Amino acid sequence: MNEQAKAVLSLYPALILIFPLLGFLLNGLAGKKIASEKISGIIGSGVIGISFLLSAFILSELLARPPEERSFTVTLFNWIAAGGLSVDAAYHIDQLSVLMMLIVTGVGFLIHVYSIGYMRGDPAFWRFFSYLNLFIFMMLNLVMADNFLLMFLGWEWVGLCSYLLIGFWHARKFDTGGYAPGAATTSDAAKKAFVVNRIGDAGFLIAMFMIFAATGTLNFETLFTQAPARFALNEPLIVGITLLLFLGATGKSAQIPLYIWLPDAMAGPTPVSALIHAATMVTAGVYMVARCSVLFVLAPATMETVAIVGIATAFFAATMGLVQTDIKKILAYSTISQLGYMFAGLGVGAFTAGLFHVTTHAFFKALLFLGAGAVIHALHDEQDVTKMGGLKKFMPGTYRTQFIAALAIAGVPPLSGFFSKDEILWKAFSGGSAVIWVVGWLTAGLTAFYMFRMMTLVFEGEPRFAHDRHPHEAPATMLVPLVILAFLSVAGGFLGIPQALGGGNILELWLEPVFERSLGILGSATHGSLSTEYLLMALSVAVGLAGIFLARTLYLSRRELVERMAGRFAATHGLLFHKYYVDETFDAVIVNPLKAGSRGLLWKGIDARIIDGAVNGCARLLNSLSTSARKAQTGNVSNYGLAVLIGISLLLGFIIARWNG
Amino acid sequence: MTSGVPLEYYLALSAVMFVTGAAGVLLRRNAIVIFMSIELMLNSVNLSLVAFSGHLGDQAGQILVFFVMAVAAAEAAVGLAIVIALFRNKQTIQVNEMNIMKW
Repeated sequence: MNEQAKAVLSLYPALILIFPLLGFLLNGLAGKKIASEKISGIIGSGVIGISFLLSAFILSELLARPPEERSFTVTLFNWIAAGGLSVDAAYHIDQLSVLMMLIVTGVGFLIHVYSIGYMRGDPAFWRFFSYLNLFIFMMLNLVMADNFLLMFLGWEWVGLCSYLLIGFWHARKFDTGGYAPGAATTSDAAKKAFVVNRIGDAGFLIAMFMIFAATGTLNFETLFTQAPARFALNEPLIVGITLLLFLGATGKSAQIPLYIWLPDAMAGPTPVSALIHAATMVTAGVYMVARCSVLFVLAPATMETVAIVGIATAFFAATMGLVQTDIKKILAYSTISQLGYMFAGLGVGAFTAGLFHVTTHAFFKALLFLGAGAVIHALHDEQDVTKMGGLKKFMPGTYRTQFIAALAIAGVPPLSGFFSKDEILWKAFSGGSAVIWVVGWLTAGLTAFYMFRMMTLVFEGEPRFAHDRHPHEAPATMLVPLVILAFLSVAGGFLGIPQALGGGNILELWLEPVFERSLGILGSATHGSLSTEYLLMALSVAVGLAGIFLARTLYLSRRELVERMAGRFAATHGLLFHKYYVDETFDAVIVNPLKAGSRGLLWKGIDARIIDGAVNGCARLLNSLSTSARKAQTGNVSNYGLAVLIGISLLLGFIIARWNG
Repeated sequence: MTSGVPLEYYLALSAVMFVTGAAGVLLRRNAIVIFMSIELMLNSVNLSLVAFSGHLGDQAGQILVFFVMAVAAAEAAVGLAIVIALFRNKQTIQVNEMNIMKW
């Protein structure tokens, strides 16, 4: 490639970033004046569309190069230089970041278009689009950053956007599902998301400090080149760093124990749930772990933790999803569960498989959320699946796309979810963790069950919604993105057909150079024959189909059996329905003691007694002193005269004494 | 010194006049009397100025006396105006009754 073409290509990352920023500024500053949904919507989604095209152009340029030359860094300016710290505003484009850029802008664009229909008539339409554009801008910063600090900038800002968008309808009542009943509004959910994320962010921040203290650099490329020589395998320092980074990931990607914010984040408008809380932002943790894979493979203890936390989250979130009645909460638990799969994949060293699942999940989960949005819209803000039913004939288009998405997530071949989930499970098994495979396999069955429980309750059977509601098919701006995403949910899996099925596994080849170094450290300890792989595949398809069959039978023709089971196992049902009482436990163990301590000790004890006491004591002392001192001011002119006389006499006496002395 | 009266006599008289005036200012309550006492103090100073002038043969002391008298006249004009204004407001010229400027 000649120099001129390279110079042109280096402009693209900046352009990709500038357009969403431009959209944010235009809609944010002038949106209210423009006061036109059409113009705001076109600006908002147009800029993302342009970014997507530019990203696709970068992809095609990289494809034209040999694999080892498929990365470049663009330095815009020196951002921070202080002492030994020098951080550039620099963007690193490689196979991994291009993949993420395409997901963020591509899925993002579809959701922007969908939002034009979904948010119609909202008084703050323009504000919604400016927030969405800001989110895309910051998410791109996160995935394109070439150092930890810039990544952290994006990391924090997407958290802010998430907060702003969850609380977009900030005055709306919001059902927390148990704790703090009645009083909560969506801004409480937004605050919860923000605060819980801060805990993870603190981990990320401390990890950054430790990395800088240990190596003196925050640049990815420099750090990853030095790391294998700098850190011994499983050295406490590197284990600490990676565990703290992973804490950051559990916050952003909603893993145990910090997943509690994601179900409540469903208080936001549905496109937000689709874009931020399913397809893109929550995968930032997965991306970060994959990006730092070199550090993680140097700490096998952390890798094990990641795998265990991931698969545990996948399983527990799936069990909670079984009994939820809010359509968006079902999807939220499903998202947590699928993110758990991704982390399990990363934890066993299957970085490509984890990112493959990020990709396919972005397609089918965005589709599921957007479909749920269409249903909620059609039923005038009804979210309870027990009050839906029979929508198949009212919304055939939505139904078909949802059906495809549900099949994809349930792992039915040859849809995308099958390939990516199976890749993770196979890598876990062949990596020697049979336990992870078994739990993952069970979770796959649960996934299929709760998805088709939802599908059956929403679309099949008799209508259970109120008679004054007349469900209608979604408008074209909403339906077209659904159809495109449905197509991607079907075709996305072909990126990673495993060799066992005669595929090329394009994605693995594409990402190979990125993970070359970490896989080299990890070594390849895979065992397991082709026949085992076929067997496991067949087993996971079987459990998926069984889940689908069971859900359809139970909820279509044997509803009374469901009720009976819920009654028989009331304790278990309650436990699941209340999400294992994790929120209540956190409240009891952390939040309430903190509140009591703040109120009783810090406020009434230290603040009111000691701090206020010192301040008020000073004032009281001065007050009593001046009360006696001011008696000197009699207001009687003779007293003042006497004082003057005494003063003059003293002064004169002094002068005369000096004269003579 | 033509008359042969020694300087000490003048100064002693001046001191007696000054102390009398100062005591009057501090002890009397009537604003007019306080005024008169101030005049007494000024005049005692004038007396010692003139005495020194004669004793030293220097005219400057006598010139200064004219300044003092001019200032005293001006002061009397302003002071009496204040006393009248006070009397109009409070129907009294007793200074101990004018003590609102206190704590």
